Amino acid sequence: MRPRSSTGTTRTGTTRPVVASLAVLAVAALSACGARVDAASGDASASAAEGCVDTSGDTVKVGFLNSLSGTMAISEQTVHDSLQLAAGEINADGGVLGKQLEIVSEDGQSEPTVFAEKATKLITSDCVAAVFGGWTSASRKAMLPVFEANDSLLFYPVQYEGLEASENIFYTGATTNQQIVPALDYLAEQGTTSLFLVGSDYVFPRTANKIINAYAEAHGIEIVGEEYAPLGHTDFSTIVNKVKAAGADAVFNTLNGDSNVAFFKEYNNAGLSADDMPVVSVSIAEEEVGGIGVDNIEGQLTAWNYYQTVDSPENDAFVKAFQAEYGDDRVTSDPMEAAYTSLYLWKAMVEKADSFDVADVQAAADGVTFDAPEGTVVVDGENHHVAKTALVGRIGEDGLIHTEWSSEEPIEPDPFLEGYDWADGLS
Amino acid sequence: MDTLLSQLFAGLSLGSVLLLAALGLALTFGQMGVINMAHGEFMMAGAYTAFVIQGLLGDPGASLLVSLPLGFLVGGALGLLLEATLIHRMYRRPLDTLLVTWGVALLLQQVARDVFGAPNVDVAAPGWLSGAVTVGGLALPRTRLFILALAVVCLVALAVVMKATPLGRRIRAVVQHRDLAEASGISSRATDRLTFFVGSGLAGIAGVALTLLGSVGPTLGTGYIVDAFLVVVAGGIGQIKGTVIAATALGLLQAFFEYSTTASVAKVLVFVVIVAFLQVRPQGLVSVRTRSLA
Repeated sequence: MRPRSSTGTTRTGTTRPVVASLAVLAVAALSACGARVDAASGDASASAAEGCVDTSGDTVKVGFLNSLSGTMAISEQTVHDSLQLAAGEINADGGVLGKQLEIVSEDGQSEPTVFAEKATKLITSDCVAAVFGGWTSASRKAMLPVFEANDSLLFYPVQYEGLEASENIFYTGATTNQQIVPALDYLAEQGTTSLFLVGSDYVFPRTANKIINAYAEAHGIEIVGEEYAPLGHTDFSTIVNKVKAAGADAVFNTLNGDSNVAFFKEYNNAGLSADDMPVVSVSIAEEEVGGIGVDNIEGQLTAWNYYQTVDSPENDAFVKAFQAEYGDDRVTSDPMEAAYTSLYLWKAMVEKADSFDVADVQAAADGVTFDAPEGTVVVDGENHHVAKTALVGRIGEDGLIHTEWSSEEPIEPDPFLEGYDWADGLS
Repeated sequence: MDTLLSQLFAGLSLGSVLLLAALGLALTFGQMGVINMAHGEFMMAGAYTAFVIQGLLGDPGASLLVSLPLGFLVGGALGLLLEATLIHRMYRRPLDTLLVTWGVALLLQQVARDVFGAPNVDVAAPGWLSGAVTVGGLALPRTRLFILALAVVCLVALAVVMKATPLGRRIRAVVQHRDLAEASGISSRATDRLTFFVGSGLAGIAGVALTLLGSVGPTLGTGYIVDAFLVVVAGGIGQIKGTVIAATALGLLQAFFEYSTTASVAKVLVFVVIVAFLQVRPQGLVSVRTRSLA
């Protein structure tokens, strides 16, 4: 038993370089023969890393990988819906390079390991040209080595904690300098001198709060408390007691998921309100407001790059199309818009490259633009993020979020915060 | 001093939530020995009952009062169904029961997701429960006071049923010695069914109460099932008294650990305390003395 298994399974430490070098070889081999991906499709023994995307027919496969079950289904289902909407629109409009998109959907089940597994399946056995999806940073981190080893593309549509830039991922949500930093600028402008940080206990809030601490130190804002609750935590009486006792000017909230509901209900019951201690949230969008209950959260602030109320012809069309497809009671939110935009950005990249090949798409990515519902977005070929306008919004009694403040122009993505002196040493 | 008192209240309040979640389990697991992993999903069913009733009646106050007994019936009916179709076939196979009810739990979650949609829904709290009562500078949220009272009412009702009614006597007799109880003319089948109905019904009530604290989603119950089992195990299997003490103690421990450390660390510390406690007293706080050899 023992000798066989030890020869059969190489330790992952050695597997990765092997696969990676295979991938490099494969890319080299492919570009040598003119990046004609379909030329290789006849070779049945082709290794997964060589890419098996079949573009010889009238269709091209793309993968959607969202959690349709488990705790993240609440959020990721909405992203899935808007990806489907974009795919339908693109197909009705003639497809990409004349080929209809054939969607392969997989369920990430809210488990990072499942995301990695399903990503491998989409790339190596479904042979999709690109994958769209992921939500939690944990799921992205789990998929990253898969996409790098197989040299395939992932379009990730959610704001995140930054400090990452992979050749194989396009980040169409905000990085920290497009969401958290502008929100702090806004608070500083409003004369905030003390902040209380509340977050869920995982990678995004912890990293975000590290950045907030660095910002606060450089800008004379005092951090009077920093509290983390486990994901799914629903008893906030103690944390709210601490917030109340600390008496900060504002609360910066990086809680994720259902915890927000319990937090805001407790916050109101303790007699705290948006008037005397506003809460700025970075994970609450239109979709979540309904679940939390408008009464509990009216008047509080959020920081995003898109709201359903954004006034532009592109957004009108997007909201109308979405509601026509899924019902008038549905709302649109930032991650949904970023997902919708990501499919169109990929289309624009492919058309600019005139090829579905990964290396060609990567080479063509720089400067690709799309008139998105949030405004015109531009892809940065260097770090694979997109330039976005930051918006601070206030939650209205209609359950929608109304822009209260916006950055003057789209902010260039800076995932490692290299352009900010105070952020030295964070990355 | 103020923070100490408000933490004391937070602890008691958490204890009352735990008690509501664990009370039904104290019957089905404690008295009958059935490891019912779907107990949390019966709570979820109760919570969705409150949501549906609010949709029908509109008025939050009236619907809350209607939802409480109805949640009991819905939870109880689901329990009865589960008992009659699956659990009664495996009374002597606890591990199989664990797996089967876990499967049922997943099934119920998916049903909820299909019927009500993946996003969480909100149940509005009635106006008379919003805000807080101020006692000597201490703000006590009305919803938490209500849950505290509800837990006490459920506890007293259960105690009365167990001590003073023929049903309670039969349940206790079957728990203490099934064969002897049957020999004395008690139908243990009927008793099992009723016990399971009441235990699951209490889960339904707990679910309705939870809508006052958070939102309602398909996985509402999973957050409470482990804590509920902990309470029953630490309290001592088979004794309601132990469950009450354990729920209160765990609530207070969690609240005070959380205040001096963080929520995540507090959870770990509570687990450590329970594990250490069970090393010293594996039978829990209060144990029932029987003459059975098992």
